[in-house]
Amino acid sequence: MASIWEYANPKKFIETTDRLLPWFSALALLCLVVGLVWGFFFTPDDYKQGSTVKIIYLHVPSALMAINAWMMMLVASLIWIVRRHHVSALAARAAAPVGAMMTVIALATGAIWGQPMWGTWWAWDPRLTSFLILFLFYLGYMALWSAIENDDTAADLTSVLCIVGSVFAVLSRYAVNFWNQGLHQGASLSLDKEENVADVFYHPLLMSIAGFVLLFVALVFLRTQTEIRARRMRALVARERLQ
Amino acid sequence: MMPDLGKYAQAVLSSYAVSITLLVLLVGISVLRARKVRRELAETEQRVRRNG
Repeated sequence: MASIWEYANPKKFIETTDRLLPWFSALALLCLVVGLVWGFFFTPDDYKQGSTVKIIYLHVPSALMAINAWMMMLVASLIWIVRRHHVSALAARAAAPVGAMMTVIALATGAIWGQPMWGTWWAWDPRLTSFLILFLFYLGYMALWSAIENDDTAADLTSVLCIVGSVFAVLSRYAVNFWNQGLHQGASLSLDKEENVADVFYHPLLMSIAGFVLLFVALVFLRTQTEIRARRMRALVARERLQ
Repeated sequence: MMPDLGKYAQAVLSSYAVSITLLVLLVGISVLRARKVRRELAETEQRVRRNG
C-alpha cells in the first residue's frame, strides 16, 4: 500500500491527479446536472417558502463547500507547517479561489432568497456576518500569497492566517447554535433525520452537494497542478538569471 | 416544461443565473490558466535545455 506522503512528490501528484481528473470532472458535471435539473424542474414548492425553496440546491452546497474548502486549506497548511511538503502548501493556495467563489455564491443566493423571505437582502445576523468575515479572510489569504515573492515565506504566513481564519469557518457553521438568535435558520441537513428537509427536497439536494464536492476536488487537482508548474517555472527562471 | 415559479420567479431564476455564471467562470479561468502555465513551462524548459 502506497503511503499518502508519496503524493508530496510533485511528479507523483501530477501523474496521479492527471489520471483522476477526467473522472472527477465527468462525475461532478453529471451530479450537478442531475441535482440541479431534478431540484429545479421536478420538486414541488414548499408550503412556506413557495418556489424559493429551489434556491437551496445552490445555496446549501456552496455554503457547505465555502466552509469545508477552508478546512481543507487548514489541513494542508498544517501539513506544510509540520512536514514542509510544498505540494500541500500549493494545494491550499489552489483551493482558496474556489472556496472564495463558493462563499460568493452562498452570500449571493442567500441575499436573493432573503429579500422575498425576510424582506431584506442583508442582516447583521451571526451566521451571515461570520460568513462575510470568512469571505474577507479568503481575500486576505489570496492577497498575502500574491504579495510575497518568496514561496516558502508566503506559505508560512498564509498558513498562520489560515489557522486564524479557521475560527470564522467554524463560527460560520455553528453561529446559529452558539448564539441562537438572528434570522438564519438551523442546518438543512443533519444526522438527526427529524431535523432534515423533507425527502422530496433531500435527495436532489444530496446529488447537488455531491456535484459541488466533486467539482471542488477536480478544481483543486487542476489548480494544484498549475501551482506546481508555475513554481517550477519560477525556479527555472531564477536559475537562468543567476547563470 | 418550465415550472411555474409564481411571484418568486425572479429570485429563483436570478439565483440560478448568478451561480451558474460564477461556476462557469471559475472553471473557465482555471482551465485557461492551467493551459497557459503548462505551455509557458514547456517553453521555459526547452529554453533552459537549449542554453545548457
